[in-house]
Amino acid sequence: MTWTDLAVTLLLSAGLFFYAAGTVGLLRFPDAASRLHALTKADNVGLGFVALAAALQWGSLVVAAKIAAVWLFAILAAGTSAQLMARVARQDDGDGP
Amino acid sequence: MTATFELILCVMILGTACVALFVRDFLTAIAFFVVFGNLLGLAWLAMGAVNVALAEIAIGAGVTGVLLVLTRSRLLALGEEIACGPARPWLRLGAAAACSAFTTLLAAAVLSIAPGDDLAPVVDGLMPRIGLDNPVTGVLMAFRAYDTLLESFVLLGALVAVWSLAPPAAWPQPPVALRMADPAALNVAGSFGRLLLPVALVMAAYLVWVGSDRPGGAFQGGTVLAGGFLLAAMGGAIGLPRSDDPRLRWALVAGPLVFLAIGLAGAATGRFLAYPDGTAKALIVTIEYVLAFSIGVTLALLVAGPPARAGTGP
Repeated sequence: MTWTDLAVTLLLSAGLFFYAAGTVGLLRFPDAASRLHALTKADNVGLGFVALAAALQWGSLVVAAKIAAVWLFAILAAGTSAQLMARVARQDDGDGP
Repeated sequence: MTATFELILCVMILGTACVALFVRDFLTAIAFFVVFGNLLGLAWLAMGAVNVALAEIAIGAGVTGVLLVLTRSRLLALGEEIACGPARPWLRLGAAAACSAFTTLLAAAVLSIAPGDDLAPVVDGLMPRIGLDNPVTGVLMAFRAYDTLLESFVLLGALVAVWSLAPPAAWPQPPVALRMADPAALNVAGSFGRLLLPVALVMAAYLVWVGSDRPGGAFQGGTVLAGGFLLAAMGGAIGLPRSDDPRLRWALVAGPLVFLAIGLAGAATGRFLAYPDGTAKALIVTIEYVLAFSIGVTLALLVAGPPARAGTGP
């Protein structure tokens, strides 16, 4: 096992941990806002770790840049949809916007 | 890709398909359908069919998912009840029998392809003559170009069919605006759409360009473009065009028309849809760029729906 393999394994484990934490949060948190918080924040960190692991595994700067772009767009999409969903959820609760 | 991964993927595909079919709530069914499409894309990727994976995720999961969600909100706005009560037993049995028979037929067809099938070497041998490296693009744009030509007209026909559903009073107004009604939501979606539309343009151009040598192509690029258009329209960054706008009409027919014109020019010099030696790649890339633009506009308008009178709809 080389140092790269070790780093990839560690990064993947860290990613899995954050994904698991996000999923537990989605299932256990009481209301929509905290569930969205768990989903978007923890999952984006998890995705970041998995993306780092994939980039390291490939060992190419071009591929790493593409993976970084994927991660950025995933964050952007998650943030936007979380904002929109939180708004709908608040309206459904009757709090008003 | 290990066998364990493929087995888990198969189970997840079947599981999401079952949930999408059996769940009562329409929105949940759509969500699971989109997940199903993405997993199916992963399965294509695991088999090395990257072109198919891209098309499945972009068209099968992405655009179709948006189409279904919008269909739901239109039906709700019309006051329709979206409920699926228990079907009659004979109907269920009949559907199950028909689907099983069709699946068996498909499986038999797939299994009948011999492992040492001779088509791949034939295509590989012909590829240098058209100057492309991606065999899928070679098949779609050169060896079976008439299939793709007809497909592009089918897409146009689908839009004509959707437009023909417009009430007479609404013609030729634009479709129901996709922009979000809530001002704060519109703000969020607007920034997202304004940011993403130029990125989608670059991404679509890139996908068409690499399509000559690596996975990508007109349909994948066109779908990304359609996604950009739709997000920008939802955020209010762009409006939807009137259905009799001449620029819109030209944008819709440009792709199929250029394809047909180049095909007819080939007929004048030899055979229909045959490219003269040495010009194949340039002609194919030209067709693909125009076609991708037309596909993008057509798909976006297919999702937007028929022309409607201002102030109606969701």
